Amino acid sequence: MKIVVTVKQVPDTNAEKALDPKTKRLNRSSIENVLNPFDEYAIEEGLRLRESVGGDTTVTILTMAPASGTEVVRKALGMGADSAALISDESVGGSDTMATSYLLAQALRHIGFDLVLSGTQSTDAINSVVPAAVAERLGIPCLTFAKKVTLSDGRIEIQRETESGFWRVAARLPAMVSVTKGINEPRYPTLKGIMGAKKKEIKTLSLAEIGAEPARIGDAGSKTQVDSFATVGARAKGTVITVSDPKEGARQVLDFLIAKKAI
Amino acid sequence: MDFDLTTEQQDVANLCREFAEGEIAPHAQEWDAKAEFPLATVRKMGELGLLGLPFPEKYGGAGADTVSYALAVMEIGRADASVGITMAAHVSLGSQPFFSFGSEEQKQKFLVPLARGERLWAFGLTEPQAGSDAGATKTTAQLRDGRWVVNGTKCFITNAGTQMTGGVTITAVTGAGNGRAEISNVIVSQDTPGYTQAPPYKKMGWRASDTRELHFDNAEVPAENLLGERGRGFKQFLDILDGGRISVGALSVGLAQACYDAASKYARERFQFGQAIAKFQAVQFQLVDMAVEVELARNAVLKAAWLKDQGRDFATAAAMAKLFSGEVSRRCANAAVQIHGGYGFMDEYAVSRYWRDCKINEIGEGTNEVQRMVIARQLGL
Repeated sequence: MKIVVTVKQVPDTNAEKALDPKTKRLNRSSIENVLNPFDEYAIEEGLRLRESVGGDTTVTILTMAPASGTEVVRKALGMGADSAALISDESVGGSDTMATSYLLAQALRHIGFDLVLSGTQSTDAINSVVPAAVAERLGIPCLTFAKKVTLSDGRIEIQRETESGFWRVAARLPAMVSVTKGINEPRYPTLKGIMGAKKKEIKTLSLAEIGAEPARIGDAGSKTQVDSFATVGARAKGTVITVSDPKEGARQVLDFLIAKKAI
Repeated sequence: MDFDLTTEQQDVANLCREFAEGEIAPHAQEWDAKAEFPLATVRKMGELGLLGLPFPEKYGGAGADTVSYALAVMEIGRADASVGITMAAHVSLGSQPFFSFGSEEQKQKFLVPLARGERLWAFGLTEPQAGSDAGATKTTAQLRDGRWVVNGTKCFITNAGTQMTGGVTITAVTGAGNGRAEISNVIVSQDTPGYTQAPPYKKMGWRASDTRELHFDNAEVPAENLLGERGRGFKQFLDILDGGRISVGALSVGLAQACYDAASKYARERFQFGQAIAKFQAVQFQLVDMAVEVELARNAVLKAAWLKDQGRDFATAAAMAKLFSGEVSRRCANAAVQIHGGYGFMDEYAVSRYWRDCKINEIGEGTNEVQRMVIARQLGL
């Protein structure tokens, strides 16, 4: 069985970010990139499924990133993934979710898969659209927000997290599954994994190889364009309640919260 | 010259930073306050391969180089010097002698579980009357009926009494030759009758590391527990200490970096006289001096590690790096507390722990004075 985990390289969550006024894209040059934290759960789930299914099950990492993206891929390999594929081409820059899902779908067709796993969202764009869009393009079932995944006899069943509980959703493979944060606790890469990562294959996929048409990728292939952007203004100063009687203070806090419909 | 780290070295450093920030730093204050050895965390480090980092895969290690090892100790030590010394002492002092001097059989029997991180091992050199003057060792090991009978006391020994400790390798007088005591290294397993460990010392710093006095009262071990050649013990532990200096240097760099990080963050957040204190030149100069010294100390340690990886003579570079980075850690800890002002004197702030932890960097594994003696000798003075 072939499990493919799609991952994304994102700017370090703690870093201060700035948008380039010219390209209207995130200025990535001075920011350290990390593996999208949500994707770590998908990698972990892939590794666990591989362990439970056994046999010749493999976990392949697929990402779309500049050449520097190998660092996040190596982390996944250090965690135990078997191999990785990297769509790396300057012309993919500026791809929106439509173009990105097209590229990922093309690459997935090229490398083959039984199950595709991904995180629910990335920490930079937070669109949560790509898993569904990829599944749609591939014509396969899409099971999203899984907080539990079970696999048996070519059938996948998930618990889809909802606000009040969960739905049980099932499909036959091949399928696409996005997993929630908290489905598992991602492992750390091991030293042996890190040392062994250099022996594993990181394949660079060219656009020609995956049959991606130039008109459907990058800025040209994107349905959305960033017109303009503005920074969020500083938060207004909070309200300070100063009273000598604690009871009176508590009442005022209560009134305030009720007025704000917080309680 | 190439100052770039390889992808492997970078990945090892990233892993250690992530592990240290996730699993160690959040608990460091509590472990320090309770003087609690973090057994579960050290076991986790073993599972990740951190405790066997520089040893070949065939002996259960990860096969990483010395530069990676130094980077790893820096990152772990940056979060908690106690955990850093636990790792450094296990690798450089506990495990390394088996790798350097052990027979193939001893490597399989002793080194493999240590490199896999299943057990910790200690190295016992210092005695109540033999500190810097290690040649004055009083502990004896006499060969009787095919067994070594060990008698004596060792002090300040790291990792000797944890729940995952497998034993200790000690230096002992095994006879007399050419008017000098004949010193050899003897392996003593934890369950050896007659071998006991005193309760942990109460310490000013490194409080979450395990440090004990060891007693040997007719403790018998098999004859094959001699490590390396008989009578070569002195030369062997000098060799071990050369390598150990790289890891203690790395530990000092980690602590100095933690001091800078904390002081720099605090100076940007603390407002006095209407501005962040980082805007005052008096504070800037202190932070700049810290940054400069951390950078130089890091380079010195990594150079010594690199020389070792190249199979070149690294003894002078390692002694210089250990001496310099130890002093840098003390200066940085002092400045970090100073920048924190009154808050720096409070247990609640990590810099107060850094201040207590830094001093041992100028004492352990060779005092500053001994480092200077070693370097003077190497300079031909």
